[in-house]
Amino acid sequence: MALAKQQGGVIILLTFIIALALMMMPMPEWAETSRPQWLLMVTIYWCLALPDRVGVIIAWLTGLVLDVATGSLLGQNAIGFAIVAFLAIKLHLRIRLFPQWQQALSILILVALYQIIILWAKGFTGQSAQTWAYWLASVTSMLLWPFVFTLLRGVRRFYRVR
Amino acid sequence: MVADHRQHHIETIRSIISVLVYPIQYLVNLPIAASEWMGDNLSSRETLREENERLRMQHLLFKAQLQKLASLKVENIRLRELLQSSKKIGENVLIAELLAVDLDPFSRQIVINKGTRDKVSIGQPVLDAEGIMGQIVHVGPFSSTAMLITDSNHAIPVLVNRNGLRAIVVGTGAPDQLNIPYLPNSADITVGDLLTSSGLGGRFPPDYPVARVTGVTFDPTQPYATVTAEPVALLERSQEVLLVWLAEKNAIAAPQDNEGMKDRVNTPP
Repeated sequence: MALAKQQGGVIILLTFIIALALMMMPMPEWAETSRPQWLLMVTIYWCLALPDRVGVIIAWLTGLVLDVATGSLLGQNAIGFAIVAFLAIKLHLRIRLFPQWQQALSILILVALYQIIILWAKGFTGQSAQTWAYWLASVTSMLLWPFVFTLLRGVRRFYRVR
Repeated sequence: MVADHRQHHIETIRSIISVLVYPIQYLVNLPIAASEWMGDNLSSRETLREENERLRMQHLLFKAQLQKLASLKVENIRLRELLQSSKKIGENVLIAELLAVDLDPFSRQIVINKGTRDKVSIGQPVLDAEGIMGQIVHVGPFSSTAMLITDSNHAIPVLVNRNGLRAIVVGTGAPDQLNIPYLPNSADITVGDLLTSSGLGGRFPPDYPVARVTGVTFDPTQPYATVTAEPVALLERSQEVLLVWLAEKNAIAAPQDNEGMKDRVNTPP
């Protein structure tokens, strides 16, 4: 029974890796700023679906890897991921019950919060982005959330990740 | 986070994680590398012949120039010895390839496929065929990250090639714009001036092209002139970059080294 309790860790890891690859995929210059926060969305999904397996520490580690992958200050994504994951777990019972559009709105708020943290971290290291386009990532993440959610739910059910 | 910004003990952690990230970067790069490879293999005989012809002409031209250069270099060193100045010349270079991965869209950085295994170190200058591109900021065993001169955190000491005026070129974060702050309104600088590295910071090799001045505004109400420039290096287009090791040896040791290089360059294949 203990074996059946937790399974599909490889699948979770795989979704993280694919999301990380999507974060690094080359995109045309004009679309770069509106790249959805794939990795953050996947992290939020697993926090909502399996809060007892994917938590703040895993989110923090994921953020650390993203820091290295994007060459940013070590820890700035990590703290953003950890805080967002904490909120997602805190609210997971509520967000799970929302209809999808309302869920997407809460994702908008979570991703925007993450971006505020990043902006703050960038601000005090003197490399702030001055354009409004910076916030486009939150909007595209919100718009793509229903697809990500449906896809990941399908994956979770198909592989019986628990 | 603060620890990373203020001090650099954490660089080892970053380099360990970069080993984990490298396979993913490699994977992301793969389709682009594959399409390039396909393009190379499927290009028609005609285009290959044309390219070959063009490259042959270029090679001939460069070779002729190099012959002159070698003798000029030796002469230059001799003259400098006479003047008792110890300008270091002769640098080692290594060619690295760019990985096609996107980083933070608001900072100008690139990933290259050489790391500590190839003795790449932090602070090392990165060039392309046209001029200076930037410097290495993080190294891992297999890959490293370079900050371009257009990054808003980057500055490089330069000289105006025409008259030797010293200045500093600062990145703006935009892909093709650089600023030159703190030049007085009386400064002798005009549109089209070539800015070359001065080597004063000790980090970049001297006399490599950096940027070309695109706009100069003298406003009497402002304390300094507003000068903008664009990078000479093809920052957004280069696929291969050159890593440079500054020569530790002084000018007296350099001649033999150059002699060897001349031999190597001039021997027919």
